[in-house]
Amino acid sequence: MSIGLEHYLILSAILFSIGLYGALAKRNAIVILMSIEIMLNAVNIAMVAFSRYIAPALLTGQVFAIFIIVVAAAEAAVGLAIIIAIYRSRETIEATEIDLMKW
Amino acid sequence: MGLDIAFWILAIVGITAALMVVLLRNVFRAALSLILCFLTVAGIYFTLSADFLGAVQVLVYVGGISVLIILAIMLTREVQRGSPANKLRIPAFFMAILFLGVVAFTLINTPWQVATVPPLEPTTAALASKLFGEGGFILAVEIAACLLLAAILGAIVLVREK
Repeated sequence: MSIGLEHYLILSAILFSIGLYGALAKRNAIVILMSIEIMLNAVNIAMVAFSRYIAPALLTGQVFAIFIIVVAAAEAAVGLAIIIAIYRSRETIEATEIDLMKW
Repeated sequence: MGLDIAFWILAIVGITAALMVVLLRNVFRAALSLILCFLTVAGIYFTLSADFLGAVQVLVYVGGISVLIILAIMLTREVQRGSPANKLRIPAFFMAILFLGVVAFTLINTPWQVATVPPLEPTTAALASKLFGEGGFILAVEIAACLLLAAILGAIVLVREK
């Protein structure tokens, strides 16, 4: 059986689920951000697979993947800056201890 | 045939690396396996004949975002405390398994209309005319530039010493 669209989509779904588990279950804010990056990469794989197999001449999926990469880079920069700022003021980046707005 | 073998190797290595990111207790080792995961995703792009995206993945993720993450780990001294799971570990695990089951069921049971046209190769010139050409995504490119500028300024303001 040769590799088709379903294989790439299943791979993308597995990576997304791993990232979802990490984002929900981890305490360290940096590891949560890393899990979100894994989820964005999984979505990119699905986009490029659709672009390759459904509409190979249009390339719209690859254009969308480029924009996702741009937004992911901006998100990583701002997210890590927020984490470093929180670490400076509170000496911790455990997501369970950053609960100032929780009542 | 060669593409099939490459896909299976990349898929297994990528999934293992992603699992190590969420399972390892040492944050620094988790970041290193995250870099391996990014590299295998770049390889997956190459097997999908998306050569420009593979190069962009290596440049932006492996070269840029991993350096940012490793710098943040070093600046926060959290390596010793590791990355333990919180008390939602079991529900999160079942959520992820449930999500994977539903998505896989839907994917396998959908009749995809796969095109028979061979993919474009190389894709760089076609992508450029798609992004900057007539009727393309030029407005989105400009908005992305503004977003990147705002993100850089925001990051500088956030981490600046008071």
